[in-house]
Amino acid sequence: MKEKIYLYTGFERFWHWTQAMLITGLLVTGFEIHGTVDLMDFGTAVKYHEMLAWGLTGLTVFAIFWHFTTGEWKQYRPTLEKMGDMVCYYTGGLFRGAPPPVKKTPEKKLNPLQRITYFILKVLLFPFQLLSGFLYMYYNSLPAWGIDISLETLGLLHTAGAFAFLAFMVVHVYLSTTGETVTSHLRAMITGWESVETGRQ
Amino acid sequence: MVCHDTTGTYKKFPAGCGHPAYEEKKMGKKVFIPVDLRNVARHVGRTSRKTCGTCHFYGGGGDGVKHGDLDSSLLTADKNLDVHMDAGGLNFGCTRCHTTMAHRIAGRFYSSPSTDRYRLALPDDDGSRIACESCHSRRPHRTNRKLNDHTDRIACETCHIPALARVNPTKMWWDWSKAGRFDENGRMIVKKDDKGRIIYHTKKGEMRWATNVMPEYEWFNGVITHVLLSDRIDDSRPVRLTQIHGSCSDPASRIYPFKKFRGKQPYDPVNKTMVVPRLFGKKGTGAYWAEFDWLKSVKAGMDAAGAPFSGKVGFVETEYLRPVAHMVAPGKDALSCDECHVEKGRLEKLRGFYMPGRDRNRVLDTTGWAVVGIALMGILIHGLMRIITRSEGRRRK
Repeated sequence: MKEKIYLYTGFERFWHWTQAMLITGLLVTGFEIHGTVDLMDFGTAVKYHEMLAWGLTGLTVFAIFWHFTTGEWKQYRPTLEKMGDMVCYYTGGLFRGAPPPVKKTPEKKLNPLQRITYFILKVLLFPFQLLSGFLYMYYNSLPAWGIDISLETLGLLHTAGAFAFLAFMVVHVYLSTTGETVTSHLRAMITGWESVETGRQ
Repeated sequence: MVCHDTTGTYKKFPAGCGHPAYEEKKMGKKVFIPVDLRNVARHVGRTSRKTCGTCHFYGGGGDGVKHGDLDSSLLTADKNLDVHMDAGGLNFGCTRCHTTMAHRIAGRFYSSPSTDRYRLALPDDDGSRIACESCHSRRPHRTNRKLNDHTDRIACETCHIPALARVNPTKMWWDWSKAGRFDENGRMIVKKDDKGRIIYHTKKGEMRWATNVMPEYEWFNGVITHVLLSDRIDDSRPVRLTQIHGSCSDPASRIYPFKKFRGKQPYDPVNKTMVVPRLFGKKGTGAYWAEFDWLKSVKAGMDAAGAPFSGKVGFVETEYLRPVAHMVAPGKDALSCDECHVEKGRLEKLRGFYMPGRDRNRVLDTTGWAVVGIALMGILIHGLMRIITRSEGRRRK
């Protein structure tokens, strides 16, 4: 039996896609500044990177507020329950066409692997990248703030964070194709509605 | 007199130690008629670009020889050549910045460090000397905070003088070792290029000229020292006749632009010192321009200077770095970020600091791309397995 459920609210979809665009833009302009790609001149890249950084910061503040006021932050609490099942599913069951071991519901949207990944993303990677980025942006003011860190160290830390984001996005985009059909996760993130299996047959 | 003459008739005699011709004198084919000093004295006036330029535009023996940023093109500069001296605009004279009080003319670099701690031209800050920051402050860019963040380590001139000699050419190479050649009739050779610039002269050797020259860049704290006759030189590589002091670890240093004047000069290969040859003079004095014999010329010059000379003359390549401060271009022509923030950019040679866009950590980059690569490989394999297992599943059904 299949059933359509309303999984992602309007805000979540707006947040997800805005964030996706901002991070993609930050990666492109960031790797332009780094010298890896050559799509625009350095000055333009810096200008847009700073604008996107402020955009992402604003969005993040807004999202934190939303998560706490709605209580939705609980979705990201890591759990070991069925973690093993999920690993087995991605390495075995998925190939055999078995149903996912964790059922999506509006109350529990995320499987244990998603939970731990997004938890690390939000609690470690985001703060790390925003902090290293803003210290980099305000490098000239650091001595006045009593912070002693070289531009090289900040640059390297921030680049390392960028690689982590890029690797996450590669896997994240791929895993979006592992739903009921290749595009069902994607559709859900656009429309909010996802078709899920209701109970085992 | 030469500074305040408004008649344009006060001319110095080249070999007159600063004096004009007091009676009719010949220099080669040129005749120098005595200057009517009374007339000049009755027509003294304020100094101008013209009076200052009479000497400073022609340093080194001709227009634009010595400086790449000071030549006669500044007499009628337009905005593109110099925003401040633009005859149709601000029309600054030299003394607008080179403040002069009681005949003490403010220079720029030689005796004092760079002006990093000064913001405005207040007497308490820096006497009467005017620098860019005096008017523009240390955060002069209105719309770009990040550009202002550069002013602690990058001099204004570095970005705002994108090229030297943008109208008239400047001499970049002067090879004295080639001097002293005569044609088959024993006459002196003077060769000019298609633009009329001397590229060979029996008296001076071979020269090269250039326009729109990209400056050299160095860390500079305002102190320049020179190679003296008493200094031992290393003749295994080009000798830097001016030593530019400063480094990126010195907070008083900033990156400045320089004209690098290269050439070959006589030196003493035994004592390993530079030498002073005697150029002017009559036959029998050892003067190079009369006898064309370097040995005699250097002997005469070193004797006159009271410096030791081994009796041997060689030629060594030299470099003379001179700070650049004039010919400030309009903002639209200032260097863009990626002139420097790129591999093999203008600051490629300056090392010891991290510059985004140019520098990176190989280990981090390799690791980073390896992680991304592994992720890609992983999803590729996983995806392929999904496709294979799915078609197998269908076949079984």
